Amino acid sequence: MILAAGEELADLSNTLVYSAMAVYAIAFLAFVAEWILGSRSKVARTAAALTGEGDAAAAVPAQASPVVTVTKGGTTSVLERPRIVTRSGAPGRDDVPDGPGASGGDVRGDTYGRIAVSLTVLAFLLHLGAVVVRAVSVERGPWGNMYEFSTAFSMTVTGAFLAFLAARKNVRWLGLPLVTTVLLDLGLAVTVLYTESAQLVPALDSIWMWIHVPLAIVCGGLFYVGAISSGLFLLRDRHEAKVAAGEEVKGWSASVLERLPSSVSLDKFAYRINAAVFPVWTFTIIAGAIWAENAWGRYWGWDPKEVWAFITWVAYAAYLHARATAGWKGRKAAYLAIVGFVCFLINYYGVNIFFDSLHSYGGV
Amino acid sequence: MTDDTQQAEAKAAGAGARRDAERSDDAAALAGLSTAPVDEADDAQGGEGAAGAGAGSFGGRREPGARGALAWLGRECAGWARWFWRQLTSMRVALILLFLLALASIPGSMIPQDNVNAPLAEDFRERNEALSEFYEAFQLFDVYSSVWFSAIYLLLFISLIGCIVPRTWQFVGQLRARPPRAPRRLNRMPAYTTWRTDTPPDEVLAAAQRRLRRRRFRADLREDGPGGAHVAAEKGYLREAGNLAFHLALIVMLVAFAAGRLWYSEGGKLVVQGEGFSNTLTQYDDFESGTLFDVNELEPFGFRLDEFHSDFSRETVDLGTPTLFRADVTWWDQEGAEREAEIEVNDPLHVGDSRVRLLGHGYAPVVTVMDAQGELAFHGPVPFLPQDTTLTSTGVIKVSTYTGPDGEPDQLGFQGFFNPTYNIDAERGPHSTFPEPDLPVLTLNAFHGDLGVNSGLPQNVYQLDTSDMEQLRDEETGDLFRFNLVPGQSIELPDGMGTLTFDRLEQWASFQITTKAGNEWALASSLAAVGGLAASLLLQRRRVWVRAFTGDDGHTVVEMASLGRTESAKVPEELADLAERLRPDAPLVPDEAATPADETADPAEPAESAESAAAEGARP
Ligand code: HEM
Repeated sequence: MILAAGEELADLSNTLVYSAMAVYAIAFLAFVAEWILGSRSKVARTAAALTGEGDAAAAVPAQASPVVTVTKGGTTSVLERPRIVTRSGAPGRDDVPDGPGASGGDVRGDTYGRIAVSLTVLAFLLHLGAVVVRAVSVERGPWGNMYEFSTAFSMTVTGAFLAFLAARKNVRWLGLPLVTTVLLDLGLAVTVLYTESAQLVPALDSIWMWIHVPLAIVCGGLFYVGAISSGLFLLRDRHEAKVAAGEEVKGWSASVLERLPSSVSLDKFAYRINAAVFPVWTFTIIAGAIWAENAWGRYWGWDPKEVWAFITWVAYAAYLHARATAGWKGRKAAYLAIVGFVCFLINYYGVNIFFDSLHSYGGV
Repeated sequence: MTDDTQQAEAKAAGAGARRDAERSDDAAALAGLSTAPVDEADDAQGGEGAAGAGAGSFGGRREPGARGALAWLGRECAGWARWFWRQLTSMRVALILLFLLALASIPGSMIPQDNVNAPLAEDFRERNEALSEFYEAFQLFDVYSSVWFSAIYLLLFISLIGCIVPRTWQFVGQLRARPPRAPRRLNRMPAYTTWRTDTPPDEVLAAAQRRLRRRRFRADLREDGPGGAHVAAEKGYLREAGNLAFHLALIVMLVAFAAGRLWYSEGGKLVVQGEGFSNTLTQYDDFESGTLFDVNELEPFGFRLDEFHSDFSRETVDLGTPTLFRADVTWWDQEGAEREAEIEVNDPLHVGDSRVRLLGHGYAPVVTVMDAQGELAFHGPVPFLPQDTTLTSTGVIKVSTYTGPDGEPDQLGFQGFFNPTYNIDAERGPHSTFPEPDLPVLTLNAFHGDLGVNSGLPQNVYQLDTSDMEQLRDEETGDLFRFNLVPGQSIELPDGMGTLTFDRLEQWASFQITTKAGNEWALASSLAAVGGLAASLLLQRRRVWVRAFTGDDGHTVVEMASLGRTESAKVPEELADLAERLRPDAPLVPDEAATPADETADPAEPAESAESAAAEGARP
């Protein structure tokens, strides 16, 4: 059924994956350069806000001071239109401004950062091309085995990153960790997971294949972004606590953490992503249940894949509750978010490889 | 919401009674913005509150005598019960139960489960006897219906009900009440703006109410309250409604799940092409049902397998991967009208509440056995069961009415392989290399003696019990008698015991026939849960207040403030937008000197937030 043309296309797809990896590698270097060059800048805003050295309001740049002017379109003038004053919700850390980003305001660092982002865009296009060509070559959705799933997964991670950038969100600090893991993931995909298998067994040939699997991939990509920012939140939070306690913070890790957004921003960013993805993940599981009902005659059978999807779901539900429960918000909630993502990974890699599951379309 | 309470608390710390009053004022503005229970025992504060009552102190003072003791005991029990209920329905315990639920699910994914993969569980038991005993004791082969797993989710759902019912009432109450009045000092709210205008206060308020209503706020003009006349508005009730709908949907889902387990039936049937099935208990190869299912209620219907289609890839990369399975059937229901249908792997046949699903397929060689007297002893298709993806299949032929060369009744049994594309090598013996019948070969050993079919013990049609049988041997060589046949071929059995003919090949398909209660409820409630979740997580509930009064300088002072349950950037943005829309009705009067904070009637300390931030240091 698959013609020679299909195999040629599959080869083209492989070439595109390798090209994307090459470009990601250069982008990686550019991101590293940005962080290194940025380390030369001296930022002490966190310390100023936390230790109250000098006038906090003055030490803090206007856009992050506790008195924030929110304007809608055009310029602001107190005399011409009402000004909105926002007060921070929680005391203390809320006044800590976001770090300046990887380049730390250094001009050359910033140039490298921009180069890195442009390269990431190029790599993403190659990556997208690889996935699309693979889909054409196998004449179905490009997510039928672990190789294809991994390729598509890292593509959504990059896609989400670029989409946040395009929406003018302050996320360039995510670039380095994301590109690093995308490279690792693609490396794993082309070496260990690579499968030529083209056809799907009839059980996988269903409309739900087009709903359940892509949704799972997108959820995974976004949960990953959430987990990274929860992880960075934990580091940055400890850093801020040290600064607040008047401890000396030095060295490259302090310099890196100083340039990240504030712990409050990181926590909020992670929460927004996880909260937005959670309903989608719920729907993904339901779509899987409907499919299972059609294919196997039961919508829920406690198959290991189903169990781990459930565990992932419960872990994120616990995270959302923790965020709304006194004594749990903050660090404990962040740990839960990371646990949730680890469960997602176990469900994907662990269950396919180590467990005996009906879902063993692994083909490792 | 606890964030804001904490904020209020933090600000009041160390200040005088005036601040206390302000705090309760702010708290009133916040009240009921979410129906989430306020955790009385706040970890950060050292866990007092409900738990603070302490062990044994509910009963209070014990009066002397039996009656006193009884009364004390009553108070004690009631106190503990209330304490326990309050704990169980708290967010924190729900959180811990959720955590436990996730943990408790893990072993079931690692240890083979009886309900999920029974053969695997059996196999595990045989290989690990000591460990299995331990597992058995803790119901680890049956995690998802074990006592401990059930205890966790039942507690969770009791907690959920105990939480959701009061929250629902509270929410209904909120829907019927007016939005809460403004706190005295609006500039303490998370987003605040003010300006001066020459429009009279009542006109400003009327315009504000109109604007807010146009933006679909519930806006209420109030004359009362500590700070004077104002508009109180609220929006985003759908968030709370969605949250309640989600949690209620979870309960419905659990009930549907339970119904599915109590009222299900599930049976399997293997049907050879051209043969049929009718839905009665005796026709099933295997059947199981829930405790409350009445087997007399099986849907009266039947079907015949007209033709089975399968297709396999012949490409080198995925040689043998199936690309099509389809069963063409004719089915009839109670009325007897016949209809045709196609059943595919993801596309079952629905008859009433029953579903007929295609599970597997294989080959059934049609075999004829003539006995030693030349009489027909057996004729018919014999289903062989596939052992691998290339359909190497094994099976047995049992001939129970047979007359031997000596004229005495005897029984014959044949055991062996059927391979659609035959191959043989030293390592695997006879096996198949492709699932389609390119070179179909039947490979059998022969036995005679007692099949054991009359012993009264249940017999597996796919297994031959050779304990009372003797294997046939070749007359000349004395070797065990073993033969290969292709369709159309016959073989003479040794010692004139008759012949066996492999006439032709049929296909068979196996079907699963199920009924399940509560499927629609499970689907509807799960979709409701998604909808509720989306509303709950993506919408904002917030309050807006607009106050207008005549200031000391004779101008009208307009104050606007808003408060959201979560600190979203959208809340101040929306306030800015609302202020912008109100401005044509209340044009700004320029004032060079004033800063917003100074203009208020009851000025706040301008440096308050910076000061408290500095005093606070790290977040508690
Ligand atoms: C005893 C059981 C439960 C109680 C008492 C409870 C209580 C609550 C409450 C009060 C909220 C609102 C929090 C807020 O307004 O921020 C909430 C939100 C939520 N609950 Fe539950 N819940 C329970 C069980 C569950 C379960 C079993 C799940 C699902 C696994 C779940 C999932 C959620 C989600 C996703 C939210 C949204 C969180 C948010 O608004 O950020 N809940 N729950």
